[in-house]
Amino acid sequence: MSVQTQVTLPTNFVSTEERSDPASAGSDPLNPGVEYEIETSAPTSAGIKTKAPAKMRAQDLRAYFGATEVIKGITMPVLDKKVTAIIGPSGCGKSTFIRCLNRMHEVTPGSRATGSVMLESQDIYGRDVDPVRVRRRVGMVFQKPNPFPTMSIRDNVLAGLRLNGIKVRDPDALVERCLQQVALWDEVKDSLHRSGASLSGGQQQRLCIARCLSLEPEVLLMDEPCSALDPIATARVEELIHGLRKSYTIVIVTHNMQQAARVANYTAFFYLGQLIEFNKTDVIFTRPREQRTEDYVTGRFG
Amino acid sequence: MGRVHTDKEYENELNQLRELVLLMGARVEEMIGMAMRAFRERDLSLARSTMASDRNIDQLEMEIDELALKILARRQPVASDLRFITTTLKLVTDLERVGDLGVNICERVLELVDDVPLDADSAITRLAESAHGMLQDALDAFVQYDAVKANQVMERDQTVDGYYAQLFPELVTHMMKNPAVVYRATRLQSIGKYLERIADHATNIAEMVVFMVKGQDVRHGQGPG
Repeated sequence: MSVQTQVTLPTNFVSTEERSDPASAGSDPLNPGVEYEIETSAPTSAGIKTKAPAKMRAQDLRAYFGATEVIKGITMPVLDKKVTAIIGPSGCGKSTFIRCLNRMHEVTPGSRATGSVMLESQDIYGRDVDPVRVRRRVGMVFQKPNPFPTMSIRDNVLAGLRLNGIKVRDPDALVERCLQQVALWDEVKDSLHRSGASLSGGQQQRLCIARCLSLEPEVLLMDEPCSALDPIATARVEELIHGLRKSYTIVIVTHNMQQAARVANYTAFFYLGQLIEFNKTDVIFTRPREQRTEDYVTGRFG
Repeated sequence: MGRVHTDKEYENELNQLRELVLLMGARVEEMIGMAMRAFRERDLSLARSTMASDRNIDQLEMEIDELALKILARRQPVASDLRFITTTLKLVTDLERVGDLGVNICERVLELVDDVPLDADSAITRLAESAHGMLQDALDAFVQYDAVKANQVMERDQTVDGYYAQLFPELVTHMMKNPAVVYRATRLQSIGKYLERIADHATNIAEMVVFMVKGQDVRHGQGPG
């Protein structure tokens, strides 16, 4: 299911590097290898029409710390089962933005947000919405890996479910599945009882991702997930993101532009709380439309 | 480009690359000019020294390739910088070929010097002026990031093709009237061909400039957008 206010059935299909038969509109948008485009009717605040099913959509989102407006009216889709990177200089609002996508922003005292954030057909800022339930559907991974140090690897994976009071019928199977998903199973299957903190940085981060995945979220938010990792661990996490993309919608905030170029299908450039440009990553890094985007990605910071 | 790189070293490297390309372009233009002067004035020693100067041009091509490679490795350029560097790498190939064509012209000049003059020289001169002009303007467009100028160069290629197409029947007429001029006529035909090829290379350069400036690939008859 996707967020659209109007849908027109595609009359021609845009093929990508992975050529395949077109899928029918309205079905699971990601039959392997297919990219087809449906016009959505709402533009982004950077003036660009997006043409793919959106899992989430921010609509005139504004976020405040006290009286200070840090997100100044952003309208932007998060496309279904794609990786979207958000880049921009420090203070541009990228971390604040993703924290608005799962109702984390307001956890900071004195913070609030206005506007709407659609998760499929539901506005997560709607009157009767339970933020805790939102955060089950929209999970988050942080910059510093934070496995619960007093818990075993196994218990770390199950922690999210237990803390939410969710009964697990077959915890062993769940633990194995989640650790397989993050390519950690083979490395830790014989030491599941060991503390989460006994792992290397890269392994810890993958464990945190596994912990997120145990709740079966639909969207994964990642706030600079590789900043604390060495190049090899970074490569492993990026490889993981590439694999997860088939099943999850991913938003990654990064100050490493090369990383955005490597992992993301779409890239959004933020500056001073506004969306400057949103487009396919290839376009942003070969022929961006906005001068400010061009200046930022090439290193002309002024 | 308005703004400069925050990293001055990077900015300097890009400028250095640009200057080397301009130097190579200037040498190639000069070479074609000298080759045609050697032709007009039947100047053997000028022809020979012009041929020797091709070595400098080949040397520059290698220097430019090396610097471009280093920048790609060190800086991982994107967007306009990336287009600039990939354009540079392709452009110098065309320039190097123009240098070779200059050598070819000089070789024909050496063969012609003792021969009877033939009244097709004005057709050759017209071809030479057009091709040389296109080359100059294509290189100016590169320096000035001027896609409009580049498009104008592309439009002139048809005119040059037309001049070349006229040259051949003219030479055939001469050859039929006086078989003694066959040797000279075929040499002139070759020179005409080289000049037409120089115009083609200038057109290639112009197409690359459009790509560099606008990100549009206008080669092979593909229009913009």
